[in-house]
Amino acid sequence: MVPLSYYMILSAVVFVTGLVGVLVRRNIIILLLSIELMLNATNINFVAFSYYLHDTAGQVFVFFALTVAAAEVAVGLAIFIALYRGKPTVNVEEFNLMKG
Amino acid sequence: METFVFFFLATVIVVTSILVVAFRNPVYSAISLLVMFFHMAALFVSLHAEFLAAVQIIVYAGAILVLYLFVVMLLNLKHDDSYQRQVWVGVGLGAVALAEVIYLVVKAGIGFTPPPTGGPLTAGASQTASAMPQGNTEMIGSLLYTKYLFPFEVASLILLVAMIGAILLAKKGVLDIRGQ
Repeated sequence: MVPLSYYMILSAVVFVTGLVGVLVRRNIIILLLSIELMLNATNINFVAFSYYLHDTAGQVFVFFALTVAAAEVAVGLAIFIALYRGKPTVNVEEFNLMKG
Repeated sequence: METFVFFFLATVIVVTSILVVAFRNPVYSAISLLVMFFHMAALFVSLHAEFLAAVQIIVYAGAILVLYLFVVMLLNLKHDDSYQRQVWVGVGLGAVALAEVIYLVVKAGIGFTPPPTGGPLTAGASQTASAMPQGNTEMIGSLLYTKYLFPFEVASLILLVAMIGAILLAKKGVLDIRGQ
């Protein structure tokens, strides 16, 4: 029997990998993929707790997280395509229209 | 056996998620994320969430990742892509965050292992009495359309807004940033 803490540590490792990916990469596609990693890490936690607490509610929440992930990908890639049309680059550091 | 399966899946998930971040070519990253999604689906099956495993493969691997690959190949992204200058700051911050979380998990003693008392999960505590042998999908469905009906409607609204937003944003001439 695998303890619950193993699942939590696995989830933390995957989440931190996504976090580091957002911090260190400059490619906007990889940034979006790293956000997917973080969303998936939370899903591991939800499902593991749902199993260990005998409650299906956790799985329903994963369902909603999935919906939000799909919406985020659609809007994020649409924004990227619109940006790319004006300035053909994937480097996030060159997108400084707002002078940030 | 169960522990072995968990460690195998966990190893593959961790390695592929690190590869997603490490690969320079976005296509390799996406393929590595695909491998990770499949192993995560297997992990869900081992946690008796069969419906979510199927949804994980259909939605993540089938829809989201294909969208990524489609965009990468549509725009022919072959630019030289280096890491940020402050790579080690990022990795260090990540290591600190990971150490904190692991410390909390270990310290808080969430290592409790309530052995699942056989049989399938129950849909909430209230329905335990009328314990009909239900499948995983039936349970999620009934919960989704009764207790979580309002969040379900909100989720459909989010999808509608995302659909309209994606169509509008990707349209030519709507978001014109050429004038700089």
